[in-house]
Amino acid sequence: MSDVYAYFPGCSMKATGRAYEESLLTLFRLLDVKLQEIDDWNCCGATSYMSVDEESAFALSARNLALAQHSGKTQLMAPCAACYLVLRKTQDYVQRYPEIREHVFAGLKATGLPMANTVVTRHPLEILYNDVGLDRIRARVVRKWTGGPIACYYGCQAVRPYSEVDSSLNPTRMDELLAAAGIPTVNWALKTKCCGGSLTGTIHHVGVRLNYILLKEAARKGAEALVTLCPLCHFNLDVYQSEMRRQNREKLDLPIFFFTQLLGWAIGAEFKELGLQRSISGANAIEKWFTAQEVAAYV
Amino acid sequence: MDIKREMKYQWEADREWAQQVARLPGCEKLSSCIQCGTCSGSCPLSIYMDYTPRRIINLVREGFREDALASQTIWLCASCYNCAANCPQKIQITDIMYSLKREAIKSRLYPKRFTIPILAREFHSIVSSRGRSSEMWLVLRMALKSNPMILFTMIGTGWQLFRTGRMSLRMDKINRIHELPSDKRKTMEVC
Repeated sequence: MSDVYAYFPGCSMKATGRAYEESLLTLFRLLDVKLQEIDDWNCCGATSYMSVDEESAFALSARNLALAQHSGKTQLMAPCAACYLVLRKTQDYVQRYPEIREHVFAGLKATGLPMANTVVTRHPLEILYNDVGLDRIRARVVRKWTGGPIACYYGCQAVRPYSEVDSSLNPTRMDELLAAAGIPTVNWALKTKCCGGSLTGTIHHVGVRLNYILLKEAARKGAEALVTLCPLCHFNLDVYQSEMRRQNREKLDLPIFFFTQLLGWAIGAEFKELGLQRSISGANAIEKWFTAQEVAAYV
Repeated sequence: MDIKREMKYQWEADREWAQQVARLPGCEKLSSCIQCGTCSGSCPLSIYMDYTPRRIINLVREGFREDALASQTIWLCASCYNCAANCPQKIQITDIMYSLKREAIKSRLYPKRFTIPILAREFHSIVSSRGRSSEMWLVLRMALKSNPMILFTMIGTGWQLFRTGRMSLRMDKINRIHELPSDKRKTMEVC
């Protein structure tokens, strides 16, 4: 636990997913876990870069791993599910395919960055579960949850091949972390069903439909909010609810949280430190869960 | 009424191409598919696809190159890896889809004015030249190259993001651009 984690934010954490970064940094500070953002990091490449050019996609992503290595860290934390998967996949391919390794290492050598593949890419969910531990979180809880049960939505890329976050098909660690913070969760079958990612921007009605199904099923199981671990899932579920309400003529207004926001709130962080005021959906539902001052800042 | 042959003859397939694909990283297990359809059943998007993932796998391993590369399926794949996580033969279906996307772009067989390959190319171009992606500029460029009218439908969303401090118009750029993969110009010419 004395280790300092290199921190790879990724592009979303600096823009639409700002609340994730704010709550993550606050939570880790309160838990005395040290993070150091890697210097001059670049985009991980996500799914789109990989769709155009594979060799460069691995080289692009490997630069971040090399920068972490260069800073002397052995562990690299990537909170965005897409960044996490791309970094892990890059390491797997560099390990397994000599021709990819040669290409990637040649690129790193030319820029003077270390040619090694030994940094371990980690996700904050699994760091909190394995390194911090449920007991330490339980011991720090200062606020009592008065809201309804929550559906933990793991989404796809954080729990898929190349990942060590949790089981691919039935992950439970986010539920266990929230339970340690005194927050009840519901079990539901769609917790790893994809939100469609960037489809809401490309084939809009298809993307919105996938998210509508997720929200409806979570609500049917009694969830009063959803909690995510990915900036893109959060965006899709949070931003398009007003559109779903209009289209389907029904009341659908579930707050969408990052797991770091709820854990941070439970251990005493302030509303604004957690970026909770940046949410769009669910303002009405949370009135009964948080104090009046907190809610005033929400809208 | 124009009656066309809807099925192809075996001799129209390019078996050599199928073997080439099966040698690409991540595509090695292509031939071990048992056509059980678990991929199609677990895919959240198969109901929108022209060929389900199971059918794409079969088209590829039989060598029906153009049918596979010109399909909407490979672009609708959102890379959620649910098929790969469930496949009883442990075929990396998502990685096969990526290989097909790349070849479709190289050989210009992707469906024209289709927003998803346009997004991929614009994303690749922004990240290659700046080292970081910018969500707002990416959406703008995609819209201008496909259907600018969709920008009007995004005004409400844009306002909500602006109001909550989540809209960044800044075009981020890394300091040491020269450390990015250097063959970017070559690949940009190709696409």
